Amino acid sequence: MSILINKDTRVITQGITGKTGMFHTKMCKEYAFGADCFVAGVTPKKGGQSYEGIPIYDSVKEAKAQTGATVSVIYVPPPFAAAAIDEAVEAEINLVICITEGIPVRDMIRTRNRMQGSKTRLIGPNCPGLITPDEIKIGIMPGHIHKKGPIGVVSRSGTLTYEAVGQLRELGLGQSSCVGIGGDPVNGMKHIDVMKLFNDDPATEAVIMVGEIGGSDEELCARWIKDHMKKPVIGFIAGVTAPPGKRMGHAGAIISGGKGTAQEKLAVMEECGIKVTKNPAEMGKLLKSVL
Amino acid sequence: MKIHEYQAKEILRKYGVPTPRGIPCFSVEEAIAAGKTLGGNIAVVKAQIHAGGRGKGGGVKVAKSPAELETYARQIFGMQLVTHQTGPEGQKVRRLLIEEGADIKKELYVGMVVDRGTQRVALMASSEGGMDIEEVAAHTPEKIHTVFIDPVKGLQDGEADDVAGKIGVPAALVPQARTLLQGLYRAFDETDASLAEINPLVITGDGRVVALDAKMNFDSNALYRHPDIVALRDLDEEDPNEIEASKFDLSYISLDGNIGCLVNGAGLAMATMDIVKLYGGNPANFLDVGGGATTEKVTEAFKLMLKNPNLKAILVNIFGGIMKCDVIAAGVVAAAREVKLDVPLVVRLEGTNVELGKKILADSGLPIISAVNMADAAAKVVAAARG
Repeated sequence: MSILINKDTRVITQGITGKTGMFHTKMCKEYAFGADCFVAGVTPKKGGQSYEGIPIYDSVKEAKAQTGATVSVIYVPPPFAAAAIDEAVEAEINLVICITEGIPVRDMIRTRNRMQGSKTRLIGPNCPGLITPDEIKIGIMPGHIHKKGPIGVVSRSGTLTYEAVGQLRELGLGQSSCVGIGGDPVNGMKHIDVMKLFNDDPATEAVIMVGEIGGSDEELCARWIKDHMKKPVIGFIAGVTAPPGKRMGHAGAIISGGKGTAQEKLAVMEECGIKVTKNPAEMGKLLKSVL
Repeated sequence: MKIHEYQAKEILRKYGVPTPRGIPCFSVEEAIAAGKTLGGNIAVVKAQIHAGGRGKGGGVKVAKSPAELETYARQIFGMQLVTHQTGPEGQKVRRLLIEEGADIKKELYVGMVVDRGTQRVALMASSEGGMDIEEVAAHTPEKIHTVFIDPVKGLQDGEADDVAGKIGVPAALVPQARTLLQGLYRAFDETDASLAEINPLVITGDGRVVALDAKMNFDSNALYRHPDIVALRDLDEEDPNEIEASKFDLSYISLDGNIGCLVNGAGLAMATMDIVKLYGGNPANFLDVGGGATTEKVTEAFKLMLKNPNLKAILVNIFGGIMKCDVIAAGVVAAAREVKLDVPLVVRLEGTNVELGKKILADSGLPIISAVNMADAAAKVVAAARG
C-alpha cells in the first residue's frame, strides 16, 4: 500500500515536449513500473506526435479519454502553468502534480478559487513531486535513493526531503510514499491533507514531517495530529536562523510581521506531542527512536 | 520587489485613491523648488527609503515655513536613516518626497496581503492608524477587521462600507472610503502586489479620506508581466550582493556570520545554516544554487561569498539528485582554482554519482576538507572557521 499513487496509476505529462518535461518523463519512465504508468503527454498543437513511445495529445481531456489516465504532472513554464492546472481540473483529473516553480500568486489564487467544489487534488506548485518507492515516481526526485518500507515523508522542500530519505536509508528504513508539497504560499495539498492519508494507509507506520518558515500550515497539521493521528510523527523545521522579512529561496519561505517563525512552529509541534529535532542531520535517528 | 512611498502613491492615484499633492525630489534644491510649487506654508519633508519606521528615525518632518523646509531638507537628504528595519548602519537618504500638509482629524489603517489560509487577498483595517499594525494585532486584535476578497467578484460595496464603518469612518464619508478601498484592491490585484498598505489613512478636517502614506511590494514571480513596475526598482536600496546573485539566478541573502554556505535547494540551504549555528558557528549567508547549477554558477557563488571580509570558512552541502555530484565536484574544483580560495573549504556530497564526485575532489590536489554527512560537515566547518 501507499498513498495517492502506485504501480497501477496512469499518468499524463503536461508540457512533455519542453526540455524539463522530456528529461523527467524519461527518468520517471525508467523508474520501476514507469514504462506502464506514463501513458500520455499533452502539448497543444503537437497531438499525434510521440515522445519515448508515449503518445502526445492536444488536450488533457483527449489524453484522458484515450488512455484512462487519472493523474497528471505539469512541467509547463510559469506564465502558462496555472492555466495547465485549470485544464486538468476541467478534465476531472483526480490528482494534479505541478512541478513548475515561479507561478504568480495571483494566478494561483484564481486557480484555487476555481477548484472549489472540484474533486481534483493538487500537489504543488514548486514541488519535487511524489514517489511510492519500487512502484512509481512522478516528479524530479532521484529515484535510486528511495526504498520501499514503512515510513511516510511529507515536506515543503525538495533536497531536504532527499536528505531525510538518505538518512532513513542509512538506518535501513524504507518509505511507503514521499510527498513534496512545495514551497509556494498558495498551493494545493498541505501537510495536514497528506498526514490524513498517511494515517489511513496500512503500509505507513510512522511519518517524518519536514516544514520551513512561513505560513502556519505546520501548526494546523500539528493540532490535527494531536487529536487524530494514530502513528508516531517526528518533525524538523528549517529556518531557525532565517532573518525576518527575507524570502529564503522559496516564495513561501518568509517570516512576515513576526509570524511563521521556525521557533513558533517547533513550539506548537512539541505542545502537540510531536518529537522534533533542531538538528537536520538527526531526522532519521529520531524517527527510528519512536518506532 | 519593493518601491518607494512616492511611487506607490503614483500607482494608487491611478486607481482613484486620494493622496496629498506631492513632488519627489532628488536634491535639496529640488526640494526647495517643490515647496514653492506646492505653495502654502506647511509642507512635509519625507525621506524616501524602502524601510519602514522613517518617522521615528527622524526621516519625516513637518515644515511650517519655506525656511524650515530648507533646513529639514538639508538635514534629511543624504543622512544615514536608522530605523528598526534598516539595521544599525541605516540607509542613506537619496530621495525626498515634499508634500502639502494635511489637517488630520483621525488616523486609520488599511492594508492588503495574500492570506495563505484562505488563499485569498485579505483586507485588514483598523481604527488604530499610524501605529505598527503588528503591535495592534498583538495587543488589541479585536481592533483589526478583516475581509477575505473573492477573486472573481472583487471587493463588494457592502464589504467595503461595513469595514469603513467598523474602523470609524463617519457615515457621510463612507462612500469616499468605499471608492478608496475598492481602488486599493484593484491596484493590488492588477499590479500583482504582495502587500499594499496605507498607514495612516486619514480623515481630514474638511471631510476627505486621504492616503497619507503608502507602501507596496510586488510578487517577484509576476514581474515579467509588469515592465512599468520593474522600472521603479531602486538598486540603491538593495543589497549589492543580492543584486549580483540575482544576475546569475542564484538565491542569496547576506547574514552577519563568517561561514559561507553553498547549498542546492532552499530547504536544505536553510537547514545547513541552522546546523552551522547549532554546532556553534555563524552562517555568513543563505545561498541556494538551485537544481541546475553549472560550473559558472558555482564559480559566481564562490566569488560572492569571498567578497565578505569576515569570511573564515566555506561549507558546500550538496544532495545531488538530478544534479550529479561529479558535475558539482568539477564545478567546485574549477571555482576554487579560479577564485584563489584562501579560506578552508569543507565539502559534503551525497546522492547521484557521489563516489565519482569525491574522487574528483580528492584528485584535485586542493586542500578540501571532506565530510561524510551534514553533522560531520557542520562540526568540521565550525572548527575550521575558528582556525
